[in-house]
Formats: sequence, structure tokens, C-alpha cells
Amino acid sequence: MSDHEENRETDAHSGTETTGHEWDGIKELDTPLPRWWLYTFYACVVIGVVYMVFLPAIPALPGLSGSGSDHTRGLSNNSERANVAAAMLDLEASRAEGFERLRGTSIDAIEDDPDLLGFVRAAGDAAFGNYCSTCHGSGAQGFVGYPNLNDDVWLWGGSYDEIRNTIRYGVRSEHLDTHFSQMPAYGRDGLLTRSEIGDVADYVLSLSGQDRPADAIARGGATYASQCVSCHMADATGDRSQGAPNLIDQDWLYGGTREQVIATIYRGPYGVMPAWEGRLNDTTIDALAAYVYLLGGGEAAASSPTGQ
Amino acid sequence: MSDNQKRSMAAPGITRSKAKAVNAAEERELYKKREPIYPKLAHGKFRFVKWVVMAATLAVYYLVPFLRWDRGADAPDQAVLIDFAGRRFYFFFIEIWPQEVYYITGLLILAALALFLVTALFGRVWCGYACPQTVWTDLFIMVERAFEGDRNARIKLDRAPWSFNKAWRKVSKHAVWLVIAAATGGAWILYFHDAYDTLANFFTGQAEISAYLFFAGLTFTTYVLAGTMREQVCTYMCPWPRIQAAMTDREALNVTYRIDRGEPRGAHKKNDPWDDRGDCIDCMQCVAVCPMGIDIRDGAQLECIQCALCIDACDDVMLKVDRPTGLIAYETDDNIDRFQAGEKPRYRFVRIRTLVYAVALVLVAAVMLAGLLNRTELDLNAARDRNPNYVRLSDGSIRNGYTVKVVNKANAPRALELVVDGDPALIVRVLGAADETPMRLNVEADRTRDFVIYLTLPPGAVDVPREDIMFRVLDPATGESAQTRSVLVTGLAE
Repeated sequence: MSDHEENRETDAHSGTETTGHEWDGIKELDTPLPRWWLYTFYACVVIGVVYMVFLPAIPALPGLSGSGSDHTRGLSNNSERANVAAAMLDLEASRAEGFERLRGTSIDAIEDDPDLLGFVRAAGDAAFGNYCSTCHGSGAQGFVGYPNLNDDVWLWGGSYDEIRNTIRYGVRSEHLDTHFSQMPAYGRDGLLTRSEIGDVADYVLSLSGQDRPADAIARGGATYASQCVSCHMADATGDRSQGAPNLIDQDWLYGGTREQVIATIYRGPYGVMPAWEGRLNDTTIDALAAYVYLLGGGEAAASSPTGQ
Repeated sequence: MSDNQKRSMAAPGITRSKAKAVNAAEERELYKKREPIYPKLAHGKFRFVKWVVMAATLAVYYLVPFLRWDRGADAPDQAVLIDFAGRRFYFFFIEIWPQEVYYITGLLILAALALFLVTALFGRVWCGYACPQTVWTDLFIMVERAFEGDRNARIKLDRAPWSFNKAWRKVSKHAVWLVIAAATGGAWILYFHDAYDTLANFFTGQAEISAYLFFAGLTFTTYVLAGTMREQVCTYMCPWPRIQAAMTDREALNVTYRIDRGEPRGAHKKNDPWDDRGDCIDCMQCVAVCPMGIDIRDGAQLECIQCALCIDACDDVMLKVDRPTGLIAYETDDNIDRFQAGEKPRYRFVRIRTLVYAVALVLVAAVMLAGLLNRTELDLNAARDRNPNYVRLSDGSIRNGYTVKVVNKANAPRALELVVDGDPALIVRVLGAADETPMRLNVEADRTRDFVIYLTLPPGAVDVPREDIMFRVLDPATGESAQTRSVLVTGLAE
């Protein structure tokens, strides 16, 4: 640059000095920076220095490892991780009151308290989305083999306590108190022939009002009486203490076509649900149970409890 | 009388001001430092009007937060309050909820149309009289004048070396400016929380951090914009001078130099005839009083905020030289042409442009008024659950779930009766409501409640893919009602 200082000249047209450089006859004007730009730039430099002094700025300094981190901390000692952790604690604290009110409260009392009802629906929805929706669906609508929790069909009981127990201990889980039962795989294990299974399917479908051949129903009814009544009961209304579904209603956990019913009898379903005790705290389980109960299918507690 | 003094006389008894139009477009340069403008105090009817408008607008701004309006026990009693925390906007008898922000949109449209109409009729009266930038700048110049004197004294003071006299005047001026700026920033925050509480909390350090931030920000902007930037805000920052060219036209009244009367301009000696020359004695008083640092005689220009102070200054001079006033006046471009052609002026306030603005203004105002008069304090919205779309129960019934929002804008709690119109076989269940007929929904004063409602259609009644239903609520205490339509989906094939 200094080589060209003596070449600086004032441009006649603009009245501005040139830089003194010349490239093939082209000269560059040394136009001053706009003031606002210059001041903004100075302000940025100042802010940059202030930032480095007050906030974490310089990373990867092994010499600082004694402080538990390898970056400068800044005078403000700000840490976004600590901020997030503190915010999470604040969030939990803000929810603590609602969970506290939920503890030991009956479902009727929850329903009658508009604020608690709103809290349960929000807290339960969040927990359901995290832990339950993978199998039961985001709207608790279920899939083939995974019960729909909106309806009034309950394998292991639909009262608040029963739902809570099911969540707590699971179904066919590793928990000692888990709900457990097992339907034989009638086809796979050779307990019934294919035609016998077909007849039982026809009989079962006829129970919920479907039109099936009379001879098949008669043969299937006989097989039912010998093989199925112990769990599904003589009137086929099922047994909640064994998780045996009602066969005369309109709900089919594993599908309601003849093929699906045959397949179910053939292989014997073995649906599992994990036990949530120990993985979720009691109040979260309470919120989940209340949420599921309030999806519309919850039942009043039976005078003599059937399940656990 | 020396030669020098003689040359500075525009007419007997009238000194020619050395004022220069430093902010005129041809005088400005992009990289040049701002040349200070020292507006001289004008005397006259427009200066008086500007004092009155200044007093009125400042009074409105500073005092409105302290007005009270009784809304009952459950609502704040501040007449004008923008309650962000409670999500309400209170304006005397009007209370607006966030979903009714279209009232504010309507108000802004009304303001814009009024601005268009006024500009088409009388030019930039908003800029000249009522714009906060103008009002506060005027106020700051008033303070400046109180400490440093009028134009010439201020120029002299600025050129003088530092002395105790200069120092205390400058320091006092900036101190008063800062106090006004702080009061401006301070009044702003009173619009967002209860004014009296905020004022008390503010000085004890208990107000919200946002209050202090806004206070600091607005104090700073008031001080800078009205104290040091002044005309630069209008010339460089404000979009309105650019837009106004499209709003005004040749028939709008604008502050105009009567070029037909004034030219050729020049100094006038005692007893010289006024024939064959213009009335303008080139005394530069119009430039000296101009807060924008321009020369109105250059014609209409972007920098002119049309504050009309040059009219006052010129009228003063015209009276002294015994010529008719109005050499600078509110006049239309067309009339200047007519004057030059020797015709009489004509004023047409009713033009297609002004008619369109006026009709639009009336229409929007009517729509707003109708909306306001028909505003209900009870509202109902139903959102049908779509996940799952419907639920088939064990007996083949079909159940749909709805979240029904009941909005109670009244300042009293309501016990509403719920009716669901639709299939007579429908079974209604409301979570948390007692099983009675009619069903009761309780909503607290001034709030929204969500109700979970399950509608169940028994198997025998499931016959079409969807059924129309209607939720209705009735307040037996006031007779008010609200309703909303929805459907019930059965899952049958279409």
C-alpha cells in the first residue's frame, strides 16, 4: 500500500482520493465508509469484547479442565445446560401441585373438579404420548392385537383401580403381580383339527349375530362347550379375572372376519404389556389411569372387585 | 448604517436572515455531517394551533393511563389497558379478547383511510401537527429555546468556546430533555399494567423487567429522535413522505409559496414602488423558522412536513411591509396555475379521490360499528375428536368425542344449559357435569372453559355416514344463547 501512497490522486469527478493502485488504467476510489456502517462496526467490536468477557466464548482449552470444562466460562458463568436443567425443574415444580392433588383422589372427584380434570387430561395425554402410543396409537384407538382404549371393552376391568393396576403390573409382563393367562394355540399345537377350528369360528361369529351355516354352528358349539367355556364362560361373555374377552359383543381384538377368528384360535394370542411400576412414578400412573378412564369407556368400580 | 448592515436588510425594519436551507435535497450530501438547524420561534395562528395540538396530544398520551372505568370486581378498572398477561384489551366500555384482534385491524384501517382522506384534502396535516415525531421535536425545541435562546442566540452559543454559561445551558437542556424522554418511556409502560400500581412498583424496583426495558428503550429513542435526529427521522427514516406523493394531488391544499405573487423576489427599499416586482422581499424568515431546514419557495418537496410555520413567519413580514398576507399559504397546485393565468381560484373538496376515501371510511366504520354492536359475550366452539374419528362400542353403538369451548366474556359467572340438537336417540355425556336435564355447564367470569362431551348413537340409530348436530347453550339468567354446528361420524361407508 505504501508503495502507492505517492500515486494517490484526487478524482476530478467525485472529489474523492484514489487508493493509488492502478490496474490496466483502472483506478479505485478510496471512498470513506458510511458513518452508520462504521459506527455499527465499532459497536459490533465492542459487543464482541463484552460478550467474550461475560459469556462462554473460547472452546477447547485443556488447561481449564480443572474447572470441569475446557472452555472459558465468562463472568456471568452462564451455561445453557444448567439453564435447561433449571427450567426442567421449574416445569416439574409447576406440575407438582396438580400431581399432588391427584394423589389418592377418586375418579369421581377428579371428574367433578374442572381444574383437576383439565390437568389430568393434559398430563395424561403427555404421558400417554410418551409411553403408550407406540402400541395403543396416538389417539388410544389401538390396532389389531392392541386394545382400543376409547371403547367400553376391558379385558382386565375398566374401573379406575383396575386400569391403574393393569398399567402398574402389566399383562404377561415380568412383574410378579402381572395379569396372566394363556389361550392354547389350538391349531399349531394340534389340539383341534382345521375343520373343528372353522366350526368354532362359525359358532363364535354367530354369537354376535352373524349369519353362519346351522350345521357348522352346531358342531362348533359342541367343541366350544368342551374347549372354551372354562375361560370364555358358557354364555361367552368372557372372564375378566383371566383376561378372557367377551365373544358376543361387536368388538374383536384380533379381527372379526372368519379368517381372523380362525387364525386367532389356531395360534392362541399372547398379547403382552410391560409393567410400568418402577418405570413411572405413582402419580404419573394415576394420571395415565385417569386419562384412559376418561377417554369415555371408564366403568364404575364393581361392588366386588373381580381382578386384582 | 454600514454597507454590511444595509445589505442584510430585506426591507426597512426587516433584517435578512442568513438562514440556509441546509436540509434541502440539493444541499444534502450522503457522507456530509448533518448541518444543525436552528428554527426560529414563529408567531401567528398556525403556531398557536400547533401549541394547542401539542398540549392536547401530550395530555392524552400522559394522562389516559390514569383514567378509570368501572368494570366490576373481576376486571381491571383502568380505562385504557393492554393486558398482555391476562390477554385482554380494555378501551373504556370495550373489552377485546385475542381472537377479536380484527377490531384493532379495523381501527388501523380506519386510521389509514382517515390519513389518506385528510392528506387528499389538506396535505400532510398529520406530519405537521399530530405526528409524535413532530410533537416531541417541537417540545424539545421549546426546551432548547428556553435555555439557549432563539435562533441567533443558539447559533452564537454553539460557536462560542466552552464557558460556564454555555455549559450550564447545555447541561440543563439535556437534563430536561432526558426527564421528558423518561416521562415518555415511563408513560408507555403504564398502558400495559395498572398505572398506579406500576408507578409505585417502578420506583421501588418491583416492576417487571420488561417494564424497565421498555422504559429504557423508549427513553433512549425519545431523547435521540426528538433531541438529536429531529428532521432526519422524517427525511430519511419515515416512509410516509414517500407515500404522501401518491396521496396528494394538484387539488389538495398544501403549504405553498405563491410563486405568482412572489417573483421576482428581492430586497425592497423604502418608498420603492411594488409594481413590476414580486412581494417576496427575500428576507429568508420562512427558512429561519423552518424546523426541517428547507426553503418552501423551492416548491413542494419530500422534506416539507407542512407545519405551516413559514406561513406565520411570512404573514408577519407581509404585514410589516404593508402587502397582503398569504404569500405562503395553504393553496392547491391548480390554483397557483390559475393565479398565474390571471384566473380566480377554485376549490374542489369533493373529488373522486376524496369521495372514494370517504365512502371507504364510512363503510369500514359502519362494519366496525355493526361488529361491535353485535358482539356477543357468550361464544361456543366445538372441535370434534379426529383421533380416533369415532369409537365403536361393544354393543355396536357409535360414540364421537368433542371438545366444546365455552367463552364467557361477561364479568359474571354463568350456569349455562346445554342442549344438543340432532338425532333424538343421541345420548349426551359431559365429563364433570352432573347427569341432569338440562345439563349444566358452569363457566367462571371472563374466561374460557373446555368441556369434554361424548355423544353416543345407539346401534339401532346408526344409519347414515354422518349426522348434523348442533350444540346450543343458553344462559337462563340473561337469556343469552350461543350455538355451533358440528357433525357426528358413524364410520358407515358413504
